[in-house]
Amino acid sequence: MTDPLSPLDRPNSYIGRTVPRPNLERLVEGRGTYVSDMTLPRMGHVVFVRSPYAHARILDIDTAAAKQAAGVIAVVTGAELVEQCSPWVGVLSHLKGLKSAPQHAMAVDRVCWQGEAVCAVVANSRAQAEDAVEQVQVRYEELEPVTDMRTALEPHIPVIHPELGDNLAFERSLDAGEVDKAFAEADAVAEAEFVFGRHTGVTLEARAVLADWNPGERRLTVYQGTQAPHMMQNIFAKHLALEEAQVRVVCKDVGGSFGIKVHVYADEMATAALSKRLKRPVKFVADRIESFVTDIHARDHVCKGRIAVKQDGTITAFAIDDLTGIGPYSMYPRTSAIEANQVVNLVGGPYQARNYRARARVVFQNKNVMCQYRAVGHPIACSVTEGLVDLAARAIGMDPLVIRSKNLIRDDAYPTDSPSGLKFEALSHHASLAKLKQMMDYDGLRAEQKRLRQQGIYRGIGIASFIEVTNPSAAFYGVGGARISSQDGVSVRMDATGAIIVQTSLTEQGQGSEALTAQVVASALGVALEKVRVILGDTDNTPYGGGTWASRGAGIGGEAAWQAGKALRMNILKVAGTILQTVPELLDIDQSVVVDKATGRERIGLDEVARITYFRPDTLPADFQAELLATRHYVPRQYPFAFTNGIQASWLEVDTETGFVTLLNHWCVEDCGTIINPQLVDEQIRGGVVQGLGAALFEHCRYDERGQLTNGTMADYLVPMASEMPDIEVGHVVSPTLESELGAKGAGEAGTAGAAAAVANAVNDALDPFAVTITEIPLTPSVILKALGQRSG
Amino acid sequence: MDKKVITLTVNGETHRLQVEPRAHLADVLRDELALTGTHIGCEHGVCGACTIRVDGAITRACLLLAVQAEGAMIETIEGLSETGEIRDLQDAFRNRNALQCGYCTPAMLITAQDLLLHNPTPDRATIRDHISGNYCRCTGYQAIVDAVETVAKARQAAGERP
Repeated sequence: MTDPLSPLDRPNSYIGRTVPRPNLERLVEGRGTYVSDMTLPRMGHVVFVRSPYAHARILDIDTAAAKQAAGVIAVVTGAELVEQCSPWVGVLSHLKGLKSAPQHAMAVDRVCWQGEAVCAVVANSRAQAEDAVEQVQVRYEELEPVTDMRTALEPHIPVIHPELGDNLAFERSLDAGEVDKAFAEADAVAEAEFVFGRHTGVTLEARAVLADWNPGERRLTVYQGTQAPHMMQNIFAKHLALEEAQVRVVCKDVGGSFGIKVHVYADEMATAALSKRLKRPVKFVADRIESFVTDIHARDHVCKGRIAVKQDGTITAFAIDDLTGIGPYSMYPRTSAIEANQVVNLVGGPYQARNYRARARVVFQNKNVMCQYRAVGHPIACSVTEGLVDLAARAIGMDPLVIRSKNLIRDDAYPTDSPSGLKFEALSHHASLAKLKQMMDYDGLRAEQKRLRQQGIYRGIGIASFIEVTNPSAAFYGVGGARISSQDGVSVRMDATGAIIVQTSLTEQGQGSEALTAQVVASALGVALEKVRVILGDTDNTPYGGGTWASRGAGIGGEAAWQAGKALRMNILKVAGTILQTVPELLDIDQSVVVDKATGRERIGLDEVARITYFRPDTLPADFQAELLATRHYVPRQYPFAFTNGIQASWLEVDTETGFVTLLNHWCVEDCGTIINPQLVDEQIRGGVVQGLGAALFEHCRYDERGQLTNGTMADYLVPMASEMPDIEVGHVVSPTLESELGAKGAGEAGTAGAAAAVANAVNDALDPFAVTITEIPLTPSVILKALGQRSG
Repeated sequence: MDKKVITLTVNGETHRLQVEPRAHLADVLRDELALTGTHIGCEHGVCGACTIRVDGAITRACLLLAVQAEGAMIETIEGLSETGEIRDLQDAFRNRNALQCGYCTPAMLITAQDLLLHNPTPDRATIRDHISGNYCRCTGYQAIVDAVETVAKARQAAGERP
C-alpha cells in the first residue's frame, strides 16, 4: 500500500529542513568519545617496529633487550603473530583476473613497503612502548624496490610477488561503438597525458583501535574508528578464528574518515590479534608519520586520453589508457582495482558520445597501499574527461560552456545508459549548466577576464561536469564475494513515555547520519525531532547493514529509516484505533498526538498510547497484541547505482612570475535528488570541494626512487587551510530517484569528484595567452613555472 | 625516566602531578587529567588540534612540556564550556554546522575566541587568516568563517545596546 502523503507532505515534515545535528552539542564542548580518548582497565599500548626499507628480506629480529625494557608487556614478531591471525588476499571475483598475494597482520619474512610493521611492542604506556621499540634489532637484506609504475611491467624489473608471475594486478579493457572510425572522421583530435599526484586522506584523528578480548566471555570487543562495523565484525571473526557472534565492533565518534577508515589495515588486525594473544585490552593509535606511510593513498594515476570532435562541436569519441600503481598488495576486502575500474566506467559519462575505448592497468609497486578514498576514481575520470573536452573546444575555437551544452546528455533523454554500461535513471546536466552559468555570471566573468588580461593579470574560468556513483547496490562488492552489506536496517521503537529510539546500521563520521535518520523518522511518525534518539555504530545494538561509505547513507539508510518509521506509525495507530474503537486508516500522528486524519482533531497522546500498551495491556482486547517496535531494511534493486550529476566552476588567478594560484571563487551545482537537510548537503559539497582543491593545488605523497616517502609530516605535506580557500557557492537541481519513496541520492563525493578538474581547466584558461597546457596535478608553483619556462625556452 | 612533581592550574583547579620531564602538556592533560577535549593531530605544532589557553594566550599543548607549564593558568575546552565564555560561539558552530567530525572543533573555538577578544570586528579574510593554523578536513572552512562572523556581529550589536 502506498502512502497518499509523500515524505515532504507529512504533518510538520522535517524533510527538506535545516535543523542542527543532535550530536553536535557534546562535540562543541569537547565531550566526544573518540577511540583515541578511550582507556580500559589493564589496557596495553601497542607501538610497531616498521620497516625503513621499501623492499627487504627480514633476516632476524632480536627482541631480547626490548622485552626487558621498563613497562613492556610483550614483544611479538610478525612470524609469531601468525598463530593468532590468518592472512588475507584482497580480490573480488567480479573483477576478472584481479590477483594479489597473501598479506599478514605484520610482515613475516619480507617487507614490501616503507612503514610495513614487522614487530609489535605492547607496554603499559605509549611512551614506554616507543622506548622499547628502539631496542628491537631487525636485520634486513635490502631488495631492489619497484617504485615507478611506468616501468613496473617491463621484463628487467623484479616481480614483487614471484608466485603471481608479474606485477600486473588487474587489467580491464572496453571497446564500445566505432572508435577508430570516429577518430578517422573527426575534424579535430586532441590528446594529452594526465598525471595525478598520489595523495591521502589526512584524517585529523589518526586511525585508532582498541581491542578487548575477554576470555571469560569468549568475546572480542573492538572499539574502532570505522565506517563499516558489520564488515569489520566479519573480518575480525574470520581471521582471528572466531564466530561472528563472538565479535562486537563499536564505533563512537570518529575524527574524520573520507574512505580512509573503511578498509582492513594490517596494524589494526595485529592489534586485535595481540589482544587475543595477551588476553587483555590493547590500543593502537597511529601517529602522524605512521598515518602518512600506512593510511591508504589514492589517485596515483597516469592516464593518456584522446578526444574526437567535429567542427560543429559534436564530440564523437573518447579513448583512454590508464595506469595506476597500488602498492604491494590489493587492499582487503574492497580491493585496489576499484579506482581504475571506476575510471573506465566514468570517463565520458556526462556526454552523448557513444564511441569509447578504454584500458586500465593496475600494477604492484613497493610503496604504501592504495585504495578507495573519497570520490574513488571520479576525480581521475572527471579531470581526464573535462580536460579533453576543453582541449577539443580549444582545437575548434569553441567556448567551453557551449561545447558542453552541445554534448551533455539531454535532460529529456532518460532513462539511458553510457557506452560503459552505466544505467542513468534521471540526470539534469543541462538544468545544472544553466543554473551554474547564471550563478557565476559567466558572461560577466569572461568580460572581466578579457579586461584584466590587458593589465597583465591572468585569470581563468574552469568548468567541469560530472556524474557520481551513489546508493550502491550489491553490484559494488557483494556480487564479487565480499561480505559487505549493501542493505541497511533501521529499528524504531516507542518507549513508555512516547519517546522514540532508533537503531540504524548507518555510521556517523560527521556527515550527519544521526541527524538525517532522526529527521526522517520524526517525519514518518509525526513527532518532534527532540523526541527521537538515534543509536548507531554498534554491531550488538543495531540492525545489520553496510554503514556509511560511497554516498549511501541518506539514500539507503535514510529509506530504511523512512520505511521503519512508517511501519511503527501504523503499529501505533493500530493500538490507538483499538483504544478509540476506530480503524487506524482514519487516524494519523501529529506532534506526538494521534489525530483524526480528516480533521486534525486530537484524540490521544502517544504518551497515553504507550502507558496503556506497556502498563495496562489488560484493558486492551485479549486477541490484540500491541507492537511498538518496527524494523525495516532497504536496498536498491532496480538500478545498481543511483547516479547523480552536477557541474562545478573555478575562477582563479595565476601569478605568472611566481607560479602561485589564487582561488577567487568556486561554484558547484549538484543534483542529489530529494534533499533531507539542505545545510548538511551544502556542507558535504563544500567539504568535498575543498578536498578536491587540496588535490588540485597542494597534496602529494612524494616518494624517492628507493620508495622512501619524503614528505610524511603535516609541515611538508600541504593540505588546504582556511586562508587559501575561497567561499564556495552551492546550487541544486532536484531529480529524485523514483526507486525509493524518499527519493534521496548521495552527495558526499560530488565536491571531490569535480573540483580538481575545474581548477586545472581554469589554470589552463588563465594561461591561454601563453599557449600552455598543463595536465598534471597538484598544480604547484614549480609545475606552472616549468610549463611557462618550457614555452619561453 | 625520573618523574618530576609539578603543580598545574587547569580550568581553575589545582593539580599536583608526577610527570616525565619529556611529557608534553597535551598528553598530560589527556592522560593524567582525562581532559580529552584537547585533541592530538600531529604532535609537532602544525595542525592546531591541541590548541589551549595558557595565561590567556592560545598555545599548542603539544609544543609545551608539562613541566614548562608549572604555575601557569591553563584553560581547556572543558573549562571554557563550563564558564560559558564561548557559549555563543558554540551555539553558532552548532547552528551553522561549522563542524562535521568535531575533532578540530574545541581548538577551532578557542582560536576563534582569541580572535574576537583581540579584534571584535574582523572581516572574513581576517577570520580566515586567524584560523589558518587550525586544520579542518571536513568543512572546507566556510561554515566556520560564517559562524565566527555571526558571533562577531552579534557581540558587536549586543555591545552597542544601551
